Amino acid sequence: MSAFTALLVRDLRLAARSGGSAALALGFFALVATLVPLGIGADLKLLARVAGGVLWVAALLAALLSLDRLFQGDFEDGSLDVIALSPLPLESVSQAKILAHWLSTGLPLTVLSPLLALLFNLPGPATLVLVISLLIGTPAVSAVGAIGASLTLSLRRGGLILPLIVLPLLTPAVIFGAGSVAAVMDGMAPSGGLGLLAAFAVAACLLSPFAAAGAVRLNLGG
Amino acid sequence: MITSLTAEKLACARGDRTLFEGLSFCVSAGQALALEGANGAGKTSLLRLIAGFLTPRAGRLVLKTPEGESDDSEERGRAIGWLGHQDGLKPQLSVIEQLAFFAKLYRSNAEPEAALAEVGLTRQRDFPCRYLSAGQKRRLGLARLVVSARPLWLLDEPFAALDKDGQALIARQMTLHCGRGGILIAATHEPLGLGNASIRL
Repeated sequence: MSAFTALLVRDLRLAARSGGSAALALGFFALVATLVPLGIGADLKLLARVAGGVLWVAALLAALLSLDRLFQGDFEDGSLDVIALSPLPLESVSQAKILAHWLSTGLPLTVLSPLLALLFNLPGPATLVLVISLLIGTPAVSAVGAIGASLTLSLRRGGLILPLIVLPLLTPAVIFGAGSVAAVMDGMAPSGGLGLLAAFAVAACLLSPFAAAGAVRLNLGG
Repeated sequence: MITSLTAEKLACARGDRTLFEGLSFCVSAGQALALEGANGAGKTSLLRLIAGFLTPRAGRLVLKTPEGESDDSEERGRAIGWLGHQDGLKPQLSVIEQLAFFAKLYRSNAEPEAALAEVGLTRQRDFPCRYLSAGQKRRLGLARLVVSARPLWLLDEPFAALDKDGQALIARQMTLHCGRGGILIAATHEPLGLGNASIRL
């Protein structure tokens, strides 16, 4: 097993064990998605109309819940020092952590989303596009989130500042993700929105490990 | 393997406060160096500076190996075994999971089980780390250091929280490390007992 997989497996274990974040994010997502139809009322047309946007925003917020601990836990207990001195470059460390976060948060959220789409009376084809858009878009959420997590690493209430940094950067994901669901509802092809979402996700996943590694280095010296 | 670590006129500042300046020393293979000084004198900062987490305000650190010499902090980092004042352990992971993870992360061939036996934690092998006492965590930190198989050990208060046996244990590991031709730099308030040089900050 390589150093990269070792770190990945460890982070997945930590997310799955007690005090981990995976179940928390799923619970939050399910609760928000259940509360919105209750708040809006039984207007089935309206619910189907807002489903894409609401589920996307709910998934985004759910993923953010666990993002602040991405590096902070390791920073506070000193593991990050030991990890930083390992043969694995900090860029790869960031990649492993982003991947672990997506596998433990983004992927389960995506799998749960069709079930929650039922609550919104979202038609089948639109649900399919919603799932595809989350599958493409949630890696970008983890990747961009890693930049915010590494910047707020040494801040005591970093978890509160993190969304302020990360959410504006993730507006494209929400626009293209929810937009492609809306496009299907209007009888148009979703490929344009999905394509742009994919481009955004690829750019985020390629660039953010470098930004995150740089911010971690700064914080280790602080 | 490394031949020596040399500091040339190092200066370190945190904010606008100068911790130390004009600090020079040289430690060769097989030697130990103790860093002494009052709380806040900059012992930990010097260790973090050697590890490359901090950049010196002036001066440089040179690592000599049989292949040549380098003042690159990344390269130096790859030679360092780190035991900070925090143990870097996760409460949810078991003792052996923890140690096996570090062995793989450091691409080390050392046997985690053997290192556990070395520090007397075999019985706690499958305990989650949250059940360990402070001294046992320190012992696990020492096992991690042994498993990482790095030539340059940086230790911050290595004797903290350890009982008599634990202190003897870490002293033995430090002697073994120097005997293997390793270098050891420790911030400490107690004598290392290695016939070592020391610097007062």
